[in-house]
Amino acid sequence: MPAALADRVIQVIAKTQHLPPESITIDQTFAELKFDSLDGMNILFAIESEFDISIPDDQAVKIKSVREMVDGIERLLAAKEAAVQG
Amino acid sequence: MTRRVAVTGIGVIAAPGSTRAAFWESLRNGRSAIRPMKLVPEGALRFPNAAEVPDYRASDYMDEKEADLLDRFAQFALIAAREAVAGSGIGITPELKSRTAIVTGTSSGGRTSEDREFHSLYAQGSSRVHPLTIARTMSNAGTSRIALEYGITGPSYTVSTACASASHAIGQAFWMVRNGVVDAAIAGGSEAPFSLGFLKAWEAMRIVATDTCRPFSRDRKGLILGEGAAMLLMEPLEHAQARGAKIWGEIAGFGMSSDAHHLTQPLAEGAARAMRLALEDAAVRPEAIGYINAHGTGTLANDVTETQAIRDVFGAHADKLAVSSTKSMHGHALGAAGALEAAATLMALDEGLIPPTANFTEADPDCTLDVVPNTARAANIEWALSNSFAFGGLNAVLAFRRGPR
Repeated sequence: MPAALADRVIQVIAKTQHLPPESITIDQTFAELKFDSLDGMNILFAIESEFDISIPDDQAVKIKSVREMVDGIERLLAAKEAAVQG
Repeated sequence: MTRRVAVTGIGVIAAPGSTRAAFWESLRNGRSAIRPMKLVPEGALRFPNAAEVPDYRASDYMDEKEADLLDRFAQFALIAAREAVAGSGIGITPELKSRTAIVTGTSSGGRTSEDREFHSLYAQGSSRVHPLTIARTMSNAGTSRIALEYGITGPSYTVSTACASASHAIGQAFWMVRNGVVDAAIAGGSEAPFSLGFLKAWEAMRIVATDTCRPFSRDRKGLILGEGAAMLLMEPLEHAQARGAKIWGEIAGFGMSSDAHHLTQPLAEGAARAMRLALEDAAVRPEAIGYINAHGTGTLANDVTETQAIRDVFGAHADKLAVSSTKSMHGHALGAAGALEAAATLMALDEGLIPPTANFTEADPDCTLDVVPNTARAANIEWALSNSFAFGGLNAVLAFRRGPR
């Protein structure tokens, strides 16, 4: 996992939740961070804007931690890149 | 003065049918009216399906000048009210006009008209909007137009509590008739939420299913939006009996509560309290209830929470009663939902037939109630509840009783 990507995701989450970025680590779950479903929607919306991607609902519902979020974005970015090249 | 309250007229326009009879015919056969959306461009949304009133043309119901005055949601309200009043056979005499109430519910009101006008302003370079925009978009437009139709001058208003709007409206009207404030009431709800902007807002919430509405199924993916209206004509039972009217059933109790918990997450305790209050208001034991028309949106959160709430209120009896979500067939029509479901519940009691939960696939271990999967069931039931739980944690539950036999 690229560290820069993880940092960028954490920055987006921190901004959405009005938290200091240093309070969020890659291994935390959203439950540990006390994010509820509304927080989750806000984060997904901000992430989609930041990376210019669309996260399908069935994938979104499975994302329960910062790491899963970063992994999911990495896959979507790779797919986007492949589509551009293809 | 406390009187028993009979429903003598039911009017419906919704995806499963554009009349009361057609609507019930679809529901009693378990036919879902969820289809690919036609009112917004294909591919514009993550979810392709909805429960739209098929091939609706306002000009089938009113002249074009009249239709121009009204947003689709208010047209639906008028159409359903006309069927309810005509079907009841009640004459709204000069004496009754000031003794009749109108209470309608809507969640989004005339937002579709607003969307169109604001688009012209923001995106198409227009410097003005249509002069009827306020009249079209006001949430009370349905109530006001129904009042004009019959010259009704009694208490008339509109309530907006998102997905519980119509149940709050019916409950308030019921109390007014029961307490002798009025001698008749037209109450229900209407909704026409299919504008791209509003649907985009639903898409962003990620609770609309990409396939269909499967309440209480393990693989449910969310709700499906619907539209339409239902209106009930209610009057004191004695009056209805004296004039020999067809009695669809009685409204017997109404309970309301607020979760005070979360803007979107439901709380079982709040839902349970509204059910208990409805039972208390109807002076009926929980064990007498044979059927619950569930809020049953098909979202992950609602169906689990509602199951817990029903178990909490009914205890062991929860395993003996039938629970179904007709949203699986008419979609979630938001501010009209409670009225469509009240209509379904009344017709279920009248016929002795419980409409099913359609699109059911496989039981969810967290939703263990008898949800009448896919096929209607004959049942000799005297009492039923209809649940409505709104975003914002506002709950309204109606208790119904079969008409005297």
